[in-house]
Amino acid sequence: MKLAWWKILSIALLLYAFVGGLLLPTPARPIVNESIRNLYYHVPMWFGMMVIMTISVVNAIRYLRTSSLEYDILSSKYGLTGMLFGILGISTGAIWAKYTWGAPWSNDIKQILAAVALLIYAAYFVLRSSLDDIDKKARVSAVYNIFAYTMLFPTLFIIPRLYDSLHPGGEGNPAISQRDIDPIMRMVFWPAVLGWTLLAVWITTLFVRVQRLKDKNILHAL
Amino acid sequence: MLYKGKLLLIALFYSFLIQVQAQVAKPVEMADTMRSNGKIYVVVAVILTLFAGLIIYLVSLDKKISRLEKGAD
Repeated sequence: MKLAWWKILSIALLLYAFVGGLLLPTPARPIVNESIRNLYYHVPMWFGMMVIMTISVVNAIRYLRTSSLEYDILSSKYGLTGMLFGILGISTGAIWAKYTWGAPWSNDIKQILAAVALLIYAAYFVLRSSLDDIDKKARVSAVYNIFAYTMLFPTLFIIPRLYDSLHPGGEGNPAISQRDIDPIMRMVFWPAVLGWTLLAVWITTLFVRVQRLKDKNILHAL
Repeated sequence: MLYKGKLLLIALFYSFLIQVQAQVAKPVEMADTMRSNGKIYVVVAVILTLFAGLIIYLVSLDKKISRLEKGAD
């Protein structure tokens, strides 16, 4: 089997992010010290989650426009991978916080609202599993998906900037603005973001294909 | 004249203060020993092994699903 070019690109970028992320020089900063390298691993989880949730909500809207169940499969499976990335993001953040802020959970505004955002998405899956009718499930959860996606903006971007936070980047755009990341680190950071996002897409396509096979089997059984 | 002298004195005082501060600031501690004796490469090797395992698993899943898709048609 020949691997698609973007899967190979994902592997190559992640290899570079692992090796370069551990061995390339970083600026020496107090408090974070060597843990500054977590930028290559913790932050791409959130960037990846945003991209994946965007794909999820686009497919939710496509479902509402066409009522084609194919889009419902795409939307829900991308939501699942996005959720995985979010959980990995919040738990790696807690590990990092333990050694830089002094405690894994300090009820920081950024931490609380990230948890709120993830809980809103958790309700998406509860909602899906509570409806039996396939079309109703697809329609109701597509509408809820739009709500959950919209809620990402106040919880992750707007409200944390209005309060004092231990998390860096509250004054501007964390990880994007010129001041926050040293140019050397940006050489590893952006490839890492792209690599992780492509890996997330790859994992999602596997879920999607399995779901298609399951649906096909149900249709054959009828 | 007196005013200028005062200004100079203040400037001198501040430049002295900045120098003292620069001396007090300790160099930030990084994992230099770990790198100098080379053991960071052990960590790189472990992570690469884990990553290789995960990718092999993912590729084999991908293959299996492709086979199922061909069989289902």
